[in-house]
Amino acid sequence: MALPTHASRLERIWHYTYLTICTLIFLFLIAPILVVIPLSFNAEPYFTFTEKMLKLDPTGFSTRWYDLLLTFGMTDPEAPRGWSWWTDTWSNAAWINAAKNSVIVGLFSTVLATCLGTIAALGLSRPEMPGRRIIMAILISPMIVPIIIVATGLFFFYSSIGIQNWGIPYLGVILAHATLGIPFVIITVTATLVGFDHSLTRASASLGADPVTTFMRVQMPLILPGVVSGALFAFVTSFDEVVVVLFVGGLDEQTIPRQMWNGIREQISPAILSVATILVLISIALLTTVELLRRRSERLRGMSPQ
Amino acid sequence: MSDATLSPAAMVGTTPEQLTTADGKPLKQALMRAQSHARRRAFLLVAPLLAFILLTFVMPIGQMLHRSVHNEGFTWHEDVASGQRTPIMTNLSQWFDQNELGTEPDEAAFAALAADLIVLREVKAAGQAGTRINYERSGSRSMFTKAARRAQRLEAPYKEAIVDLDEDWLDPDLWRVMRDASSSYTANFYLAALDRTKDADGNVTQVNENRQVYVKLFQRTLFLSIVITFMTFILAYPIAHLLATLPLAKSNLLMILVLLPFWTSLLVRTTSWMVLLQSQGVVNDALVSTGILADDNRLEMMYNQAGTLIAMTHILLPFMVLPLYSVMRPINPSYVRAARSLGATSWTAFRRVYFPQTVPGIGAGALLVFILAVGYYITPALVGGADGQLISNLIAFHMQNSLNWSLAAALAALLLGGILLLYWLYDRLVGIDNLKLG
Repeated sequence: MALPTHASRLERIWHYTYLTICTLIFLFLIAPILVVIPLSFNAEPYFTFTEKMLKLDPTGFSTRWYDLLLTFGMTDPEAPRGWSWWTDTWSNAAWINAAKNSVIVGLFSTVLATCLGTIAALGLSRPEMPGRRIIMAILISPMIVPIIIVATGLFFFYSSIGIQNWGIPYLGVILAHATLGIPFVIITVTATLVGFDHSLTRASASLGADPVTTFMRVQMPLILPGVVSGALFAFVTSFDEVVVVLFVGGLDEQTIPRQMWNGIREQISPAILSVATILVLISIALLTTVELLRRRSERLRGMSPQ
Repeated sequence: MSDATLSPAAMVGTTPEQLTTADGKPLKQALMRAQSHARRRAFLLVAPLLAFILLTFVMPIGQMLHRSVHNEGFTWHEDVASGQRTPIMTNLSQWFDQNELGTEPDEAAFAALAADLIVLREVKAAGQAGTRINYERSGSRSMFTKAARRAQRLEAPYKEAIVDLDEDWLDPDLWRVMRDASSSYTANFYLAALDRTKDADGNVTQVNENRQVYVKLFQRTLFLSIVITFMTFILAYPIAHLLATLPLAKSNLLMILVLLPFWTSLLVRTTSWMVLLQSQGVVNDALVSTGILADDNRLEMMYNQAGTLIAMTHILLPFMVLPLYSVMRPINPSYVRAARSLGATSWTAFRRVYFPQTVPGIGAGALLVFILAVGYYITPALVGGADGQLISNLIAFHMQNSLNWSLAAALAALLLGGILLLYWLYDRLVGIDNLKLG
């Protein structure tokens, strides 16, 4: 992108205008996400920077909203902060319970989506797979079909089979979230399998390995980065999903997004911003992991020298 | 096929004999068998997932489609506690079978109605039946509950007795609606979803102008989605170009700025925009404190179309950048250099040489963004206000508030039809295999 020395004046001006435009667009992309972080430390219940905050006066900042996340819903938030205070938080605080539910639903649906998705991706990447195109289209469609349609359909389906009477908590939500996560697993795993050298499996078979051994010892290590990033995508999808939970989740099945949704619709308080900040930090961690995995996968397959 | 042997006769070439494997099977058959075996094995790997998706995704949507043409509100009553199903309105439906559309309701019709009202009262289904009629003719629900309450005391001549309760029982439109509702299968919810209804003679007409909401909402959804797609294109093109022309190490770093929003929770991004766009929010405060805006003249950027447009453009932007980037990266820079050295200005070189090569990426990104935008729900619901709502929000409204589930299902079916058409187009033009996530 470096400007050649022979560039005319007009070209120079345009070049710098272009870079400015790009900077502004990047700012547009990233600023809304980062802006919640300082605002979540606001000492006042406002959604804007107070004068004290702009002057970097320490009294303008506080962690009261993070504290509220722990105390909201507790039986006795005023008690001295000892062992019993923390157990009270752990078992009663609304946000903590929502986080527990989110993690349970996320983990189970991720495991389900990843297992089914990986095995299917193995089949889909074989050249002899019949009806590959149409099957692929069906398996990816949960990502394309609007979430409101999925939620509506599931609402009718679950009420007709009476899934809430089966006595398995979160079952409906877990199945739905697994369905929503599957396209991501399929996409990432088939992408790692594109460069997969099938003579490796034949070599393994000719050396006497059965298909399961071949899978565990030859294929799995090579596609593992794709599987893990697919699983992370599936987990994030579940962790961020609110519409299906609203439609088919039981009243006690509060998840973080549902709690946020209620908070935003009723009375938006800066406590929402502190949750948002925590979620942004989680997503930064996940993005880093996926990026590292992608590089590892490319290195393993010798695709890029970096 | 190392185990295939040639029979001596074939070697000599005198008699054209079949090629066989070592155990004597014809080679062609053995190959076919091996291939079908491989096909079956590949399919068996996919089968569990396919069954799972059919069960948790395709079947629910099928059930929703069924619900859009099937409503038992006026034909069956199901007891919530015992689950026992009772047919309702049987006498009336018999009368409808015997008399064709447009027949003036006579004494026999009202006698049938009176008998059915007694059943409604017994099984406590008057509200349900009235609600079903109310979907198509407002004000009918109270007529049913009122008439059912007095059903026991009704005496012949029934026509007078019932009309005595409410003049509206003579309304030919009411009888048309009851006739349609007396069979469980109906296309009327699709008519309603397209702002159409039937008149007393069964002809399809438009509903009153002040009640036409759905077609307008479909149009608005399309319009906003096109605007959003265009805005993401305008914003994504420059940065995708920059990312594609920078050296890999730098562009990978900048790519994080595109991928981070992609990985951040949708609710977080929507919340951020609420914080920024509020009338007491960061953007307005900044504009006021720099003196661009007067304090009493703050911009209304949220709870209207502007809110939906801004937030959704931001949220969908990565879906445009990524396909553009993957098309731009492999474009050889020497093409543009060649054009320049042949005397093209940089604008001509861009327009005639570079831009045409990026068209596939534009198509892929635009289709993807458009598909996602048309079905958006969360963001418009939170920042859209009254005039920034999309069709999904109305589906949710009918599911959760008005409880007209069949209408919700019909609206969803129309939306689904459009989406599947676009999805098919996407598969045709781009191929779902090329869908990339970062």
